[in-house]
Amino acid sequence: MGRYLLTRLAFALLLVFVVSSAALILTRIAPGSFIEQQCVTLSREECDALRKKLGLDRPLAEQYMSWMSGAIRLDFGQSFLYSRPVNALIGERALNTAMLATIALLFATAIGIPLGVYSGTSRGAGRAIVRVLSVIGLSVPPLIGSLALVFLAARTGWFPVGGMTSSAGVEMTWTQWLADLARHLPLPALALAIPMAATLERLQSDAIESASHESFVAASRARGVARMRSILRHAWPVSLRPVLGLYGVMIGTLFSGSFVVEVVTSWPGLGQLMFAALRARDLFLVAGCAATGAFFLAAGTLISDLLLAYTDPRVRSGERA
Amino acid sequence: MIRRAGIFLAALTLFAVIAPWLAPYEAGEAFHDFLHAPPMRPHFEGGIVFHPLVLADRLEQRFEPNRERMVRMPWIERFEDAPVFLLGADDFGRDVLSRLLYGARTSIGLSLVATLGAVLIGALAGAWAGYRGGWVDDAIMRIADFVIVLPAIYVVLVLRAVLPLVLSASTVFVLVSWIFVVVGWPFVAKGVRAIVAVERSREYVQAAQSLGARPLRILTVHLIPACASHLLVQATLLLPAFILAEATLSFIGLGFPDPVASWGTMLAGAGNYNAVARFPWTLAPAVAIFAIVLLTNLLASQPARNHH
Repeated sequence: MGRYLLTRLAFALLLVFVVSSAALILTRIAPGSFIEQQCVTLSREECDALRKKLGLDRPLAEQYMSWMSGAIRLDFGQSFLYSRPVNALIGERALNTAMLATIALLFATAIGIPLGVYSGTSRGAGRAIVRVLSVIGLSVPPLIGSLALVFLAARTGWFPVGGMTSSAGVEMTWTQWLADLARHLPLPALALAIPMAATLERLQSDAIESASHESFVAASRARGVARMRSILRHAWPVSLRPVLGLYGVMIGTLFSGSFVVEVVTSWPGLGQLMFAALRARDLFLVAGCAATGAFFLAAGTLISDLLLAYTDPRVRSGERA
Repeated sequence: MIRRAGIFLAALTLFAVIAPWLAPYEAGEAFHDFLHAPPMRPHFEGGIVFHPLVLADRLEQRFEPNRERMVRMPWIERFEDAPVFLLGADDFGRDVLSRLLYGARTSIGLSLVATLGAVLIGALAGAWAGYRGGWVDDAIMRIADFVIVLPAIYVVLVLRAVLPLVLSASTVFVLVSWIFVVVGWPFVAKGVRAIVAVERSREYVQAAQSLGARPLRILTVHLIPACASHLLVQATLLLPAFILAEATLSFIGLGFPDPVASWGTMLAGAGNYNAVARFPWTLAPAVAIFAIVLLTNLLASQPARNHH
């Protein structure tokens, strides 16, 4: 188990390192640097001074090494665009994205798993309805879902159409802020959650259907265990393994989806920040966002792998599953 | 599933090719008096006819049908002063239906080219890895796993964003297809590798080897055809993902430049919520994308039902 954990951690570190380095280098060699974009409105002298100040006069290798020596100590440098430390910028935005992603994952789980258990263990009209709904849900990727929900919100006024809080300037107490957030969160979270809920439903349904054909489930029924209890206590735990495995795969989907949702619903998250940074060729901000994203990705995959290992002794003992 | 997937891909290709010919107007044809005109209601009076729209209120952008006059379907007769918008008009007064059809060629065309590229490169890389084994196998599969772990849209975003931001439509077509190939090939390669690793020790491969066939011939003539059904399934899964990726890229302004009709550029125009609420017909491409993804999912869910 210890060895398994170590290789996974090494992979996570490698992921963060490779992704952030690649992002930095690609942005540096990309045409139309930050300086070129700024110099349109500046004189030659000002332009040269800015170039020197930002370190863009130094060769790529040198700039990369000095960034890396800071990054190892978790100092990701200054953003060109916002003239603020990258860490501070990312801190607030990453929190917003993490909040959105977590709520979406909770929505997806709360909708998908119970429906999956239901459709996998029952017959008739209810099951057919759930299946139709889940095929439709699978076909609503976050881009389409968020556009549709924005349309719905703008037409009905049920939800605010965008942003994370209304009117940023207004002083709000803690509870007011929370209530405001609770009004803004459902729309983007739902747009993100719908296809994931459908995926979970499909997998949970198949998994519990095959688990309920196991002999120990039949045995529990023969012993006189009630049907509901037999499903929940005997069949469901066995069906959880493939479902938990899916969570690891879904982390990447969650990231991709949250970028799209953030753009459509103006949610001030990491994806939006990275997009702005990429356009402005804001080297250190791009690299910082990439590092943070890679960290979340690696952490998410690691957690889901550990959950999986916890439920599957074959992984725990190092055997190939 | 295999046969249906083939039919599905062929039908989409055919649709992408012929769609622009079905369009009543040119993609860029703008009717300046009809900005955001709503879809027109057909009437049945000895055939399908429409009452042309008249701007009733310029401030509110409200149109009313002129009941005095009747025009026929835009494919039959056309009047410059009385265009017929079956799916409404966009913010430049361009016919949404026509742009949807022209956009189908751009969006589906790009995705088909990218799918073809990803399948081709994925098949070659996977087959080579599975056939050679050893460090070649390790290296190719490590790279594939690495790409699969990354969130695809971010890879696409970064690769596209580090290219010059403003590019001509044809350059965008080529570069974006390549970017899609980069994120798409590993999904194909993994399956092909698994199949080839098993197949290479089968009798027909050994027979070919003992007859002196070179590895390249064995791969292309014997092993890759053995993966045909996997390739077709992967192509069916990649295509809608690429259509969606194009839409996302163009939506954020990194895809095709605006005058080019693609489903993404059309949605970019519908991007602000005010426009979405007042002119919902500009979301037509979202419905088209939904329909294609739904068709793919129906195809994919078929074998599961046959099992039980």
